[in-house]
Amino acid sequence: MVNALKLAFAIAGKDIRVELRTRTSLLSAAVFAVLVLLVFNFGRDPTAVATIDLAPTILWVTVSFASVVAMNRAFTVERENAAFDGLLLAPVPRESIYLGKYLANLAFVLVVEAIALPLFILFFNLDIVQALPGIILTLLLATAGFVAAGTVFSAMVVKTRFAELMLPLLLLPFMVPPLIFAVKTTAPLFAGRPLSSVVDGLRFLLVFDICIITVSVLLFTAVVDE
Amino acid sequence: MPPAEPPLVEARGLARRYGAVRALRGLDLTLERGEVLLVLGPNGAGKSTLLRSLAGLLRPEAGTVSILGRPLTRDDPDARRPIGLLSHQSLLYDELTLTENLVLAGKLYGVPNTEARARAALEEQGLLDRAEARPRQLSRGMLQRAAIARALLHDPALLLLDEPFTGLDFIAADRLRALLATHATADRGVVIVTHHAAEAWDLVTRIGVLAGGQWLLEVPKPDDINAFQARYLELVRG
Amino acid sequence: MTADTDAARGIITRGVVLTLLGLLGIAVEMVLAIKFTPVEALQGPAQKIFYVHVPAAVMVLWVAVPLAAIAGLLYLWLHDPRLDRFAAASAEVGTMFCLVVIITGPIWARPIWGAWWTWDGRLTLTLFLFFLLLGYHTLRSAIRDPNERARFSAVLGGMGLVLVPFIHLSVYLWRGLHPKPIVLKPSAPSLPPEMLRTLLIGFAVTFIFYLGLVTLRYGIQLRDDLKEAADAA
Repeated sequence: MVNALKLAFAIAGKDIRVELRTRTSLLSAAVFAVLVLLVFNFGRDPTAVATIDLAPTILWVTVSFASVVAMNRAFTVERENAAFDGLLLAPVPRESIYLGKYLANLAFVLVVEAIALPLFILFFNLDIVQALPGIILTLLLATAGFVAAGTVFSAMVVKTRFAELMLPLLLLPFMVPPLIFAVKTTAPLFAGRPLSSVVDGLRFLLVFDICIITVSVLLFTAVVDE
Repeated sequence: MPPAEPPLVEARGLARRYGAVRALRGLDLTLERGEVLLVLGPNGAGKSTLLRSLAGLLRPEAGTVSILGRPLTRDDPDARRPIGLLSHQSLLYDELTLTENLVLAGKLYGVPNTEARARAALEEQGLLDRAEARPRQLSRGMLQRAAIARALLHDPALLLLDEPFTGLDFIAADRLRALLATHATADRGVVIVTHHAAEAWDLVTRIGVLAGGQWLLEVPKPDDINAFQARYLELVRG
Repeated sequence: MTADTDAARGIITRGVVLTLLGLLGIAVEMVLAIKFTPVEALQGPAQKIFYVHVPAAVMVLWVAVPLAAIAGLLYLWLHDPRLDRFAAASAEVGTMFCLVVIITGPIWARPIWGAWWTWDGRLTLTLFLFFLLLGYHTLRSAIRDPNERARFSAVLGGMGLVLVPFIHLSVYLWRGLHPKPIVLKPSAPSLPPEMLRTLLIGFAVTFIFYLGLVTLRYGIQLRDDLKEAADAA
């Protein structure tokens, strides 16, 4: 068990090192997130709709689209020189490989979110300091689930034609439940209500995470075992 | 009398299909320590499928592969530990330096003293001065040596080679042959898949000819390569 | 080889017969629905679409899609290409039924709810199911290796099986306009007997139609696979 985790960390560490060196997907995802925020800013009529009413939607749409961009590269790095064969060949449980890739993806998406969130607060002039812990918790819970599905799908789409288009097509439906509940959870928080008022939403997100992560771990083996 | 050690490789009834195409049909193979098997065959004979099955990268539809008596299954990752694979692709990450690549491989195999072992492996291959280089900055010959360093890092008892001479010039090919000759000792086994028997003729102890996913021939190495080549052509064409 | 080809041809023929039977049955059901079933007092003639809509919806949600997903998961276990062929066929026919549901729904909703589309729970679920199915077919069409295609689409199906209840739950809590299920209630069905009779006939003939199309699709795929094998040999 400890060894399986250590192997997963080694794989995740490798992905993070590669990404820090190239910065391709992190940078493009971050820029993408900023652009989406900008588009939203100009795509609304500030005199007609109060920012605070639109804020949860803007945050979640930005986060979900930027996440797809961040996850797209997860397995292209494995394709060069058949490096993924090297992982599969090693005496490493498939679950450790999945966990390693999942943790790396989670780190990337959380970094993109960490960039998008302050900008979002800044651009839309929100005064939400007291709501911030709740919003971050919601972000974490909502992200954990769809990144799990995204990791499985990015392992599949890398073997298809038009991989970059295929990932959002497969993944967006899996973002619907977390998106709906994240919006439902963050809206009261933005409105200044306490964290205790959104416990049900958080609980739903947690259940969703557990189910999706479980089925992802189980099915990942079927993706990589030829 | 001590109990007999299980064979290095024991494959029974391997079968595999790609859609409608049958790549392997009920293939058996036993390899003992100290043996070097050359697998020959035309394109589509099933050579790569066989090798990937032996490496545990491919799940056969039917049949089993055991390495040192331990069946290769999904639930037993440690059964793969004695396997080393060298193909014409390096299995190295382009964005990592050679040292980082080898250290990663060492961690995956649980090799003790990973850093020192990686350094020693690079030194063996004469790549110490390129330790901080990326794979894509290397020439084909050097890349092959880096791939060898990776494949041998955990001192595998079974070495699988998938067309290892592809793209190598005479000097690099000679070097590889010399290395294989030192590696193929009495306690290790090697399987070499190739198109050209002459490339590895001096190294091998047995020859197998594969066509249509079955052995056409599986014999100890004959004495005369020219007679064998003629027979091989006859077999494959007939 | 020819025996296999004959078998494929036999399956296709059976599929055609069943499909035609199903179509005939649906035509009979239509006549029955329009001529011999009373007009619903509140909704008027618009309610007639219900005899197409409900069987199609049940076929998608409870037959075509779950069977495709389960066949996919069984494939991952047994690696039998027949399971993959069936999963693909069932998903394809399910997509067609899903389209029927999505089209007939608004036609009924416009006069009854006063809107073509609402973000009602089951409506939204059906729409997302449709997109999941489109993703499934797109994924299949983008993979050439048959084993890989079977594995990947089975994985997507398994993931979808877990997702759908969550989508259902999340959009349900979004507020629902949709009429409550009428037949499968613990108490006695609340539908007048003539309407219930027509609806039950609808279920039966739609199921025959589904079976026919799946058999047909399965047979065609089998024939193509055999042809590919013959070409490769």
